[in-house]
Amino acid sequence: MDLHGFIAAEAAGDLFPWAAQVRAVERFGLTLGQVEEAILQRGLMPARYQRNRQTITVDMQLRLCRSRVVIIGSGGLGGYLVEELARLGVGNLVVVDPDIFEEHNLNRQFLSSPALLGKPKAAVAAARVAEINPAVAVTPLQLAFSRDNGHGILGGADVVMDGLDSISTRLELAECCRQLSIPLVHGAIGGWYGQVASQLPGDDISSALFGSWSESKGIETRLGNPSFTPAAVASLQVAEACKILLGEGEPLRHRMIYVNLLHMEFSEVLLEPSLAAVEQ
Amino acid sequence: MEITVKLFAMFRIGRFAAARKQCEPGTVPADIANGLNIPEKDIGIVLVNGRHARLDHQLSDGDTLSLFPLVGGG
Repeated sequence: MDLHGFIAAEAAGDLFPWAAQVRAVERFGLTLGQVEEAILQRGLMPARYQRNRQTITVDMQLRLCRSRVVIIGSGGLGGYLVEELARLGVGNLVVVDPDIFEEHNLNRQFLSSPALLGKPKAAVAAARVAEINPAVAVTPLQLAFSRDNGHGILGGADVVMDGLDSISTRLELAECCRQLSIPLVHGAIGGWYGQVASQLPGDDISSALFGSWSESKGIETRLGNPSFTPAAVASLQVAEACKILLGEGEPLRHRMIYVNLLHMEFSEVLLEPSLAAVEQ
Repeated sequence: MEITVKLFAMFRIGRFAAARKQCEPGTVPADIANGLNIPEKDIGIVLVNGRHARLDHQLSDGDTLSLFPLVGGG
């Protein structure tokens, strides 16, 4: 029996059980991701994604399976970005972070725990995904993103996620994404507050978001980051990434959402596409 | 002249969410921020009537100035 026969024989209605997916890997010498793609190509939904339906159809799930998302920073925002993108079923993740877990991360960083203090954040992210959704291929890179290594890191990405903690590096990331025409989903947090915006190919969000910028850090240096702010902002970012990958809905293009969890206000700020040209 | 000032996020703590301010012709957003003891380095986004502006933009009677703090954490 070949793989297609096996998939037809083991399908449970329009779903395909995880246990059979694992057996297919052993029997045909494939990766879990390759089997997942074959299942989706046959119009079946891997059973682990059944509650993605009908928000995400089988065709959309196949598109996610074939997508590559690069996550820059695997700390407060990045931990949730990795978790949510992996559970969603994005097939290829690259996780970039130079740091190891430290005690001050434990209040909010989803992937941190006392047992993992001192461990590299990128490698921990890969281990977490291997645990929760081993069909997702993760490339962990323990290095600091910059404009010097940016093109190598971002090449081939369908979407890039900003989970950085430095404004100057964010500007370099946005610049690299513009040069490579790769969509970027920006997120930043501080205290009860955060912001989310998407930079699609041809756009430039840098001057509108950080036009008055002079410091490499913002209010987060004084306000810290409680547990819920990265979770909220990262979730908004993943919703953006999902829509961009699938071509669904309306992305935060030419507009930014400023999140105020203290007064529970979401303010829309228009990001004028021509601003960069006007100001330079 | 009179303008409306809107403060966002922690800028409004101990200050206000929105207020009308009397000011001299030639006033710029930096003057308003200084008068409210908001350090310029904390300011991320400046909007005048919903459009992005610089801290040295000359305000006009009836303008609405919005100030958002700079957030850069992750």
